[in-house]
Amino acid sequence: MNIFLDLLQVIAWICIFSGGILVIIGALGSLRFPDFWSRLHAASVTDSGGVILLLLGMGIHSGFNLITFKLLLIGVFLFITGPTSSHAVANAAWVSGIKPLRNKHKKPGIDK
Amino acid sequence: MLRSIFTAIFLFALWYLMSGIDKTLTLVLGAGSSVFAVWIVRRMDEASNFKCLSVHLRPIEFGKYIFWVLAEIAKSNWTVIKIVLSPNMDIKQKMYEVPFTQKSDLGQAVFANTITLTPGTITVEVEADHFLVHGLSYSFDDHAALAEMDRRVSKTEGIVDL
Amino acid sequence: MISTIPHFVFLIALLMLFIAMVLVLLRLYKGPTLYDRVLSTNSFGTQTVLFIGVLGFLCERPDFLDIALLYALINFVSTIAILKFFRYRAIGDILIEREAKK
Repeated sequence: MNIFLDLLQVIAWICIFSGGILVIIGALGSLRFPDFWSRLHAASVTDSGGVILLLLGMGIHSGFNLITFKLLLIGVFLFITGPTSSHAVANAAWVSGIKPLRNKHKKPGIDK
Repeated sequence: MLRSIFTAIFLFALWYLMSGIDKTLTLVLGAGSSVFAVWIVRRMDEASNFKCLSVHLRPIEFGKYIFWVLAEIAKSNWTVIKIVLSPNMDIKQKMYEVPFTQKSDLGQAVFANTITLTPGTITVEVEADHFLVHGLSYSFDDHAALAEMDRRVSKTEGIVDL
Repeated sequence: MISTIPHFVFLIALLMLFIAMVLVLLRLYKGPTLYDRVLSTNSFGTQTVLFIGVLGFLCERPDFLDIALLYALINFVSTIAILKFFRYRAIGDILIEREAKK
């Protein structure tokens, strides 16, 4: 039983660690990518993968009590609002006329 | 009326799980605040004659769908991570149209949210019978994958009476 | 305070989130368009929610999760309000017409 709990703790640490790495990768992608449309996808790595892994790790670490419920609530809320705000940004940019880059060596075709 | 009672009970359960205090005075105050909130909402409904949102989802199918979506998120996260970390980012981005077959607004919202939630595809615009989707690394397989997702979302949808 | 392995793991996660927040702030500073900036503000908010949660676990005061939940709510509403303001130049009640179709 004790070994099982220790194993669960190790899984929680791995989840938290890899969630942190995913968040960094998302931020790095949003810094590296050449134009707005590709940056949207990099930000969505943080919104889905990083959030799932970090909240899952914290939930396993805390055991099963009211804290787990709060983490679940935060997770569900971020899962509904994250895509909604991504879609809102994308739709506003599309309506304002920012088009995706065809060639990746070209400067972004942005009209100010 | 039944709907209001269920809403009040749901709000009180949410309140209790958020606070976790079980003194009598606090519980009474919590119950009073949830009933008050429902009363305000009913008054607002009468003022605006808004048609209330009806949820038509099959719970078991939706649970299965959530697990399938988690697997999809893992796969597409891996694809995007490879693109971010590769030295020459080979981005083949493209806007394409994805038809949807859901009848209810909620089903369409679930499908569009799932498309946006999986990294690599983002719903940009909602038209009458299709979504405009922006893909990061476009290939012909994307159409088949999104059609599969569409089929699964339609399966979670219950009987819709429009 | 940092004595056991869980503390160490949470501290590392906190540092990672901090680095990610700095990177996103760089994009906020550089971002050529308004939408890049809104996107990085939104992503900064998500990272702040996670940061507050991890900080609560590091200090062994998980009550911080209430603040994280509140921050998630405020972040979503503020993103939508900013986008609505820059699209229609008003936050109040407006007649929405899809200008894309016209």
